[in-house]
Amino acid sequence: MRTLIEKVWTDHVVLAAEGEPDLLYIDLHLVHEASSPQAFDGLRLAGRQARRPELTLAVEDHNVPTNTLVITDPMGSKQVQALRTNCAEQGIELFQLGDDRQGIVHVVGPERGYVQPGMTVICGDSHTSTHGAFGALAFGVGTSDVEHVLATQTLALVRPKTMAVEFTGEVPAGVTPKDLILALIAQIGANGANGHIIEYRGQAIEQLSMEGRMTMCNMSIEAGARAGMIAPDETTFAYLKDRPNAPQGSLWDQALEYWRSLATDPGATFDRTVTVDVSTLTPYVTWGTNPGQAVPLSSVVPDPSTFDGTERAAAERALAYMALEPGTRMRDLPMDMVFIGSCTNGRIEDLRAAADVLRGRKVAEGVTMLVVPGSMQVRQAAEIEGLNEIFEAAGAQWRLSGCSMCMGMNADRVQGPQRIASTSNRNYEGRQGAQARTHLVSPAVAAATAVTGRLSTPADLEH
Amino acid sequence: MEPLTEHSGTALVLRRGDVDTDQIIPAEFCKRLTKSGYEDTLFHAWMQDPEFVFNDPARRQASVLVAGHNFGTGSSREHAVWALRDWGIRVVIGTSFGDIFFRNAWKNGVLAVQLPESVVDTLASKVDADPSFVVTVDVEACEVRASGLTHGFQIDKRPRWLLLNGLDDIAVTLGRDELITGFEAGRKPWLPRVGAA
Ligand code: SF4
Repeated sequence: MRTLIEKVWTDHVVLAAEGEPDLLYIDLHLVHEASSPQAFDGLRLAGRQARRPELTLAVEDHNVPTNTLVITDPMGSKQVQALRTNCAEQGIELFQLGDDRQGIVHVVGPERGYVQPGMTVICGDSHTSTHGAFGALAFGVGTSDVEHVLATQTLALVRPKTMAVEFTGEVPAGVTPKDLILALIAQIGANGANGHIIEYRGQAIEQLSMEGRMTMCNMSIEAGARAGMIAPDETTFAYLKDRPNAPQGSLWDQALEYWRSLATDPGATFDRTVTVDVSTLTPYVTWGTNPGQAVPLSSVVPDPSTFDGTERAAAERALAYMALEPGTRMRDLPMDMVFIGSCTNGRIEDLRAAADVLRGRKVAEGVTMLVVPGSMQVRQAAEIEGLNEIFEAAGAQWRLSGCSMCMGMNADRVQGPQRIASTSNRNYEGRQGAQARTHLVSPAVAAATAVTGRLSTPADLEH
Repeated sequence: MEPLTEHSGTALVLRRGDVDTDQIIPAEFCKRLTKSGYEDTLFHAWMQDPEFVFNDPARRQASVLVAGHNFGTGSSREHAVWALRDWGIRVVIGTSFGDIFFRNAWKNGVLAVQLPESVVDTLASKVDADPSFVVTVDVEACEVRASGLTHGFQIDKRPRWLLLNGLDDIAVTLGRDELITGFEAGRKPWLPRVGAA
């Protein structure tokens, strides 16, 4: 009796020796321009080559502008240029800015069919956890590990503990995957899953689309986990069928048989289990400067004196940075900007959810709204459905694909101490711009907020 | 890398929880192509505050950072470790760490050491009271020592062994090339190859 996590792990152990971490084989290595230049340099200096360039895919995403195909920032441009040179030198496929397959690395990998159940996937990027949605073991690493994988296609790693997160009950209408994951992190804390790989379980998870599962697994890192996984099922297989790099013909049948064997066996045990009752959940929003500092949108800014010890100090600091008073209704908070995008919520379903709310409505005066598709494929799909017209008619900016406002590495940034409702994953101080005040929300809440100019749910627009 | 068996130095205290890598080094400084020269980027926003502990002239020589819980949470940017190291930090002591930061630290010879809260509290008050208070981290014995205090810590065997012997991580793994090649022969036939479709 084994868990999904144990099965995938065991199938990738190249060497297990007493007193050593396991040496794990890596099936897919995703690369972007920001975390890789020093790794390629290291390779070059040591006279080494990429061992398996055909298991490596590179994408330009962090630095790219989303309003033009020309990178004007000289440092960003150099970094992208370095990636191009490195990939050419090592024979690694690169989706460049301007390619219709370009986009955020964690959106592109799955949509091209490169991420499949039972695989190991790494990237020099913490949100690699996204790919766990397919029942893959996927986690982020630093640049030294990127170099290690380039050179050896393996990583030496001690097996983390396993943690089951059981979502019980029916998901109420209006509650999205983003709300589920924010509620979990609020419950266990921003470090609550430290040292663990999570398996998300329960009917609420089984009912999610692949997009929703990716949103959940994406933010596993915000819960402190090394990775988050979901058992592959018919939803997974239907998503993968006929994707460009999914197996074909008899290989598909073989793969399917293996994929079906991966789910956690009944009776297998986890090192830890956490239960989240979803039946009473409502849309969530963060008030502070770490993703665990979240409350229902219908509630108020908490009073730091209701927290203990270090949490109290953290809450006080967070409120000072966010310029918030305890007791203020979250619904009363006015927004300067709204951002829909990122590897958390930049997929087609997210854009549909936002467009549904914005259809026939306008972005409130004084609010700037950016809609940034997670990939050029997502952008194309949205345009075929006419979603771009809804966004543009509402007064939002319809952009090319990249990381955009998710972190301050490109031109899309919050200017000064402005307040922003954002569908991204991190509300850290300065993450979206030097003094930016970030409130993390779902795409539906982001869109409703754009309409009223204050934190709102779609249901609020009906009254 | 040079072998490293222990480090002793004076210290400073940053007892904030959940210090994320975006604070340690903001993304705009992660555009550089080098692995060093990040000393001017460390805690860039917080450094604007003259009262910030890293601006205390009495602490400029400190090489040990006593931190809080979940230090280095957030992004995978190894630049966070490079920035600490380039400023002069060789040891970070905390009650817990962001997973990726912890791994990155040891890979760069920065000793990230997890101790119980009571021990960290004791260390923090001693360090706060005396800028010349010396803390030692012994990698060989897996022990933190300071005047009136000795406490063991846990670290995975591989990074410890690499550090004690000054070995190159990648070279060690490449020494297992036959095993890797053997494993590759048995990989599932349907697994994707990039550029194949
Ligand atoms: S969208 Fe944000 S979280 Fe995702 S890869 Fe880009 S910067 Fe990282």
